[in-house]
Amino acid sequence: MLRVPRGCCLQQEHIMSKVVDGEMPRLLRDEVKKSRWPARLDLAQSFSGLALGLFMWTHLILVSSILISKDAMMKLTYFMEASFLKPEEPGGYPLLVSATAIAVFLLFIAHAGLAMRKFPATWKQHRVFRAQMAMMKHSDTNQWYTQVVTGFIMFFLGSVHLYIMASQPDNIGPYASADRMWSGHMWPLYLVLLFAVELHGAIGMYRLAIKWGVFDGDDPRRTRRRLKTVKTLITVFFLALGLASFAAYVKIGIEHAPHAGERYQLGSEP
Amino acid sequence: MSSPRKLKLNVLRYDPRKEGDEPRMVTYELDEAPSMTIFIALNEIRRKQDSSLKFDFVCRAGICGSCGMVINGRPDLACRTLTSQFEDGEITLLPLPAFELIGDLSVDTGKFMRAMSERVESWIHDEEAERRELTVLEEPMDPDTADRIYELDRCIECGCCISACGTARMRPAFLGAAGFMRVARFEADPRDKRTAEGWYDLLGDDDGIFGCMSLMGCEDHCPKDLPHQNRIAYMRRKLVQSR
Repeated sequence: MLRVPRGCCLQQEHIMSKVVDGEMPRLLRDEVKKSRWPARLDLAQSFSGLALGLFMWTHLILVSSILISKDAMMKLTYFMEASFLKPEEPGGYPLLVSATAIAVFLLFIAHAGLAMRKFPATWKQHRVFRAQMAMMKHSDTNQWYTQVVTGFIMFFLGSVHLYIMASQPDNIGPYASADRMWSGHMWPLYLVLLFAVELHGAIGMYRLAIKWGVFDGDDPRRTRRRLKTVKTLITVFFLALGLASFAAYVKIGIEHAPHAGERYQLGSEP
Repeated sequence: MSSPRKLKLNVLRYDPRKEGDEPRMVTYELDEAPSMTIFIALNEIRRKQDSSLKFDFVCRAGICGSCGMVINGRPDLACRTLTSQFEDGEITLLPLPAFELIGDLSVDTGKFMRAMSERVESWIHDEEAERRELTVLEEPMDPDTADRIYELDRCIECGCCISACGTARMRPAFLGAAGFMRVARFEADPRDKRTAEGWYDLLGDDDGIFGCMSLMGCEDHCPKDLPHQNRIAYMRRKLVQSR
């Protein structure tokens, strides 16, 4: 049986004329049959968020190699530039960094566009949601708002970082990155971005698991309690790792400020 | 014997039908009795202090869903909330938001639930039903299936899930957890022949299942502990896969 969705503005006569004209299949697809797009957009929002979340956790682990040594960070940078394809000289193909940054940027824009659909669209909606938060003091409700705020912050700060990575892919290394942070005055941006990314990412991953019920098992409530604990632990771990790495880069940046712009040479670490 | 504890109830008073009336908080003080519920306390106030106080109740046993209200920020049933759980003895009562206010703590959940029921076509859909011989006994139902339907059919339409949902508060067209639970009940019923595509026609948009932002207010505030989180996730997975 053909079901016309509620609120459909088509007149029956109009439909019948289309049937007579033999246009029904197109009409069915475009207007009468309920659109598949809400499902696709919901799925796309979840997958793009999952991909970005996993990327950011991996990214921070790679960045934190500075905590081991400058050599470790430099070697990892070269490895990520596929230096193994060019064994005769140090370094790889920075173009790969550009390509990755552009791909992540596109995914980031797509995710932002999809997630924006859920933002409060009017002042009234915003006021009602804030009133709900104040009334309920309910952690999952409050954390959604944290995601809105951190997402909004990332629109701007994340874009700056991604553009720099795409346009200056060879500016990565113990000195190059530290100089960018300190002598390039980028450290306030990275500090805010660190908190925004880690809070947004961990809450987002938790919400993804709840939303799709992927780990529900026999006792979804117990699973949710465990997921909350895991989310908190992950947030604390990555914030601690991020702050330690941030401090290490700032320290190197301050020490290296008189020689800003000079690149690190493998094995030159005292 | 020690004297009973004094309770302080701050109640929102407002009658939208009374011209010139303004919303205001009124504080009532009364002696706490053993095993006193908010419902009993409100009755005491109405009987001894203010007969004009409006609030709803029918069953007094957490079955009818009439006495839903916001108790110290949490949507809950007045008849199932003991006053003893509030250590400082101060309790603030507000009407459930997201519903039409009748007056004071009384809201019209009926209008909302009726519309929800019609929206999700809350009845068995079976095209064969009309041709069925009525003198022949129905096929027996598998007890596990019957249990599963019963579990999902325990919703008392109190409205706590809707008031606890930030999405429903922000977007009044959003179906809400009571609607999803009703869908889950019929989806579990083998007598209902609706397909995933049929459910998609009813729920497959941002006012339906894809509008849920998983804020979990419903899951955490349902007085009947219905499995909202699990069933909403299930319907979302099912509808995403439907063609």
